[in-house]
Amino acid sequence: MRPNISAFISGLIFAIGLGISGMTDPANVLGFLDITGDWDFRLAFVMGGAIAVHAALRPLIHKRARPLFAAQFPVITASKLDPKLLAGSALFGVGWGLGGYCPGPALTSLASGAQQLFVFVPAMLVGMYLAQVVQARRSASAPTPSLSATPQP
Amino acid sequence: MISSIIFPLLGGALIGLSASILLLANGRVAGISGVVGSLLAPVRGDVAWRVLFFGGLLSGGLLLAWLRPVSFGPPASLSTGGVGLLVAAGLLVGFGSRLGNGCTSGHGVCGISRGSARSIAATLTFMATGALTVFLARHIF
Repeated sequence: MRPNISAFISGLIFAIGLGISGMTDPANVLGFLDITGDWDFRLAFVMGGAIAVHAALRPLIHKRARPLFAAQFPVITASKLDPKLLAGSALFGVGWGLGGYCPGPALTSLASGAQQLFVFVPAMLVGMYLAQVVQARRSASAPTPSLSATPQP
Repeated sequence: MISSIIFPLLGGALIGLSASILLLANGRVAGISGVVGSLLAPVRGDVAWRVLFFGGLLSGGLLLAWLRPVSFGPPASLSTGGVGLLVAAGLLVGFGSRLGNGCTSGHGVCGISRGSARSIAATLTFMATGALTVFLARHIF
């Protein structure tokens, strides 16, 4: 129960932070990305503020042996840049620049009832699902030592 | 100047606080595309906290809609072309963020806070293609 409560509180604070910061208004986002036009630099301070707080708190949190309600802290294994990371990020950026919504603000803004979110969010979920299908297929078809050594039925 | 950045800074600080709570309590990275996207291929025992995080996002959205509706900007009226654009934007955001293992929150906030080279590269990439897209849409076409 407790991890569910903490996850809810985290989501709640995240959404309020997005709203207060200006991230849930796509006009602000597009103004921020319009660096060659009348550039609205304000949203740079959202990322700055978030990184400042999280980068300061992370080392304190990691002094603990484990999280409060979980067995271990996240283990992040990937360290190299790969084409998938860069291609995915590039496509994400194009979509972000077209609509002015990234995933957090889009999901939060559903609560406003604005109709554009009821078009954008379902499309986003379909896109996420497609990416997961593509990646599952790729990892299933990638040869592994044990599979390549034995003939396929 | 100060007044124009106080809300972005304050909101950003809350986002950093939220990510820190999720790390401290749940041992999870607050990357929205991963937290919510993983619900599309649910794994037993790894669903409830994700649903509750999403519920928190929506509840926060409802609070904003009630107390600070200006947060969402003016409601858009949708033309046929507008719908097509939104569908394309949504597909790209969803597909790209999952393929690239993260979005503005996972790479841009959590990853950079960790000093991850992958996240720095991802953030520079989506900022660049986002800016290029806006440049083409606003100043060329």
